[in-house]
Amino acid sequence: MTVESKQQNDIRRTVKKLALIVVGMCFFVAALVPLYDLFCEVTGLNGKTGGPYVFDEAKTSPDTTRLVKVNFLTNTNEGMSWDFWPQKGAVRVHPGSANTVSFYVKNTTGRPMIAQAIPSLVPSSAAEFFHKTECFCFEQQLLQPGEELEMPMRFIVDRGLPKNVQSINLSYALFDVTERVGLPEDMQITDNQVSPVTGG
Amino acid sequence: MTTNHGLIMVFGAIMPAFVGLANWLIPMQVGAPDMALPRMNNLSFWILPFAFSMMISTLFMEGGGPNFGWTFYAPLSTTYAPDSVTYFIFAVHLMGASSIMGSINIIATILNMRAPGMTLMKMPMFVWTWLITAYLLIAVMPVLAGAVTMMLFDIHFNTSFFNAAGGGDPVMFQHIFWFFGHPEVYIMILPAFGIVSHIIPTFARKQLFGYTSMVYAVASIAFLSFIVWAHHMFTVGMPLAGQLFFMYSTMLIAVPTGVKVFNWIATMWRGSMTFETPMLFAIAFVVLFTIGGLSGIMLAITPADYQYHDTYFVVAHFHYVLVPGALFSIIAAVYFWIPKWTGKMYDESLGKLHFWLSFVGVNVTFFPQHFSGLAGMPRRIPDYALQFADFNMISSVGAFIFGFSQVFFLYVLIKTIRSGAPAKARSWEGAKGLEWTLPSPAPYHSFTYPPEVKSEEVHG
Repeated sequence: MTVESKQQNDIRRTVKKLALIVVGMCFFVAALVPLYDLFCEVTGLNGKTGGPYVFDEAKTSPDTTRLVKVNFLTNTNEGMSWDFWPQKGAVRVHPGSANTVSFYVKNTTGRPMIAQAIPSLVPSSAAEFFHKTECFCFEQQLLQPGEELEMPMRFIVDRGLPKNVQSINLSYALFDVTERVGLPEDMQITDNQVSPVTGG
Repeated sequence: MTTNHGLIMVFGAIMPAFVGLANWLIPMQVGAPDMALPRMNNLSFWILPFAFSMMISTLFMEGGGPNFGWTFYAPLSTTYAPDSVTYFIFAVHLMGASSIMGSINIIATILNMRAPGMTLMKMPMFVWTWLITAYLLIAVMPVLAGAVTMMLFDIHFNTSFFNAAGGGDPVMFQHIFWFFGHPEVYIMILPAFGIVSHIIPTFARKQLFGYTSMVYAVASIAFLSFIVWAHHMFTVGMPLAGQLFFMYSTMLIAVPTGVKVFNWIATMWRGSMTFETPMLFAIAFVVLFTIGGLSGIMLAITPADYQYHDTYFVVAHFHYVLVPGALFSIIAAVYFWIPKWTGKMYDESLGKLHFWLSFVGVNVTFFPQHFSGLAGMPRRIPDYALQFADFNMISSVGAFIFGFSQVFFLYVLIKTIRSGAPAKARSWEGAKGLEWTLPSPAPYHSFTYPPEVKSEEVHG
């Protein structure tokens, strides 16, 4: 084998190795998305609260020695004109007890719309100790023009909540997902059927 | 326009200039006839005009060009972006492909085509810094491509990677972007370190002080660049532990960078210095880059960063490391190696005039931005409140000086090519390295037979 052809072989081998790194990094970036979610779930960072929780009232007793204040905040995403607010701005609860609060929502537009609420919790260290057995955020809301709704949310603050956490802020952002999800067939409206906007 | 300025300067000016220098110098410096993969190199270069025509064409489109900063944070770049964003995404894909091909070529050349006797620890610093930079590029360009692909899917295929309404997370965009973005800013400065490490020993007529520590410093800066990304996003609401980790790891970068700065100073210490134009630019690089580095440490302090975040202080910081940093090193390289490329010497007094105009222009432009930033002027907003008018006036004057001095630079270059005095093979008496053993201008195929690597020619 001549020196030149050996060098050409070496170059080819290097290029193959480097191309492998490139492909590997492509897989890595694709894996970053689930890894990111997993990381946030494990650490409770990001203030994402968990899905439906099964609560057996017989097994736990409320910790009556302390009260935790839970504040509720609501906002609507840009371009979302629904009315959306909590019936109570804040409640004081004993860790370990089940509580129900409700949120008011009204479709102020003249067309049927679907909404999705996304929760976020501060401080994030409390996220894993905040359980919801029932929440409107687990599903989407389809509201007719002018329709209003009381949406219940049942939650338990875990007894294991760190002692230094005295108040928890739970915020909901309401997003318009009508286009993304799509209205059911019978509710599709054509341009000439659009009724004038009511309310506002 | 700000978006296009950022992207063109990063992907269209600094990076291609460094890749161009690599293509010219690396074969000569390692004693090879040419780059390992000329055809791939050709493809990598000719992609760029297409990528940039695509990007610049967005400026003339209905709805305007991209308007979300060079960091293109979602949802600004997805939900609220103008339609031209799709062109932008494909332009970024093309640039990424071009960079990856360029890097593969450089690594293949360095690893396989060195002259016998040129061991890794005898390679010139410019070759070392480019070897490490090329690895950084190969590692992070796919990440950028992934980020823009996710944007493309969010915009056109109804996915929700970065849309909270669909279960995605806009903050994740920032994490992915900066995982690419921080190594990217070092890609733009490491080759500059290499260039300066050639020029300072030449005009101080001493060997580079602490060659081994220089190599290790570059390698550690490259490693650290992967674990500091979130210092760009201290204000997103990270937990305390995260903020502390990213603060300390960022400050750690000052250690290898400090090693390099002190090594350059030690190289000049008691040298027989002369101040030709390349040396002036190299010394200005050391001084002004250090100013940019120090404001970087200020920004790394998490509690202070809450004040500086997204202000002109940040703009001043990264322009100090990129303009008198990366750009000055490129200009220095042009003056330093132009005798080798063209066989002609440039006019020394015109070169010096160009240096002083640039030096004054750069400082007049960017230094006042520290003050307007500390006073609260936000970045990325084309208009500003009345109280910032004076500082912005000074910056504008400086920018005109700096801009015209680069037109003057062009004149100096043309004059050199047309009527420069003939250059010797070893154009600078203190210059070391295999490239100076070749005649000036260098032949198309530099070393047909591998040269002998003599000990007095190593460590540029």
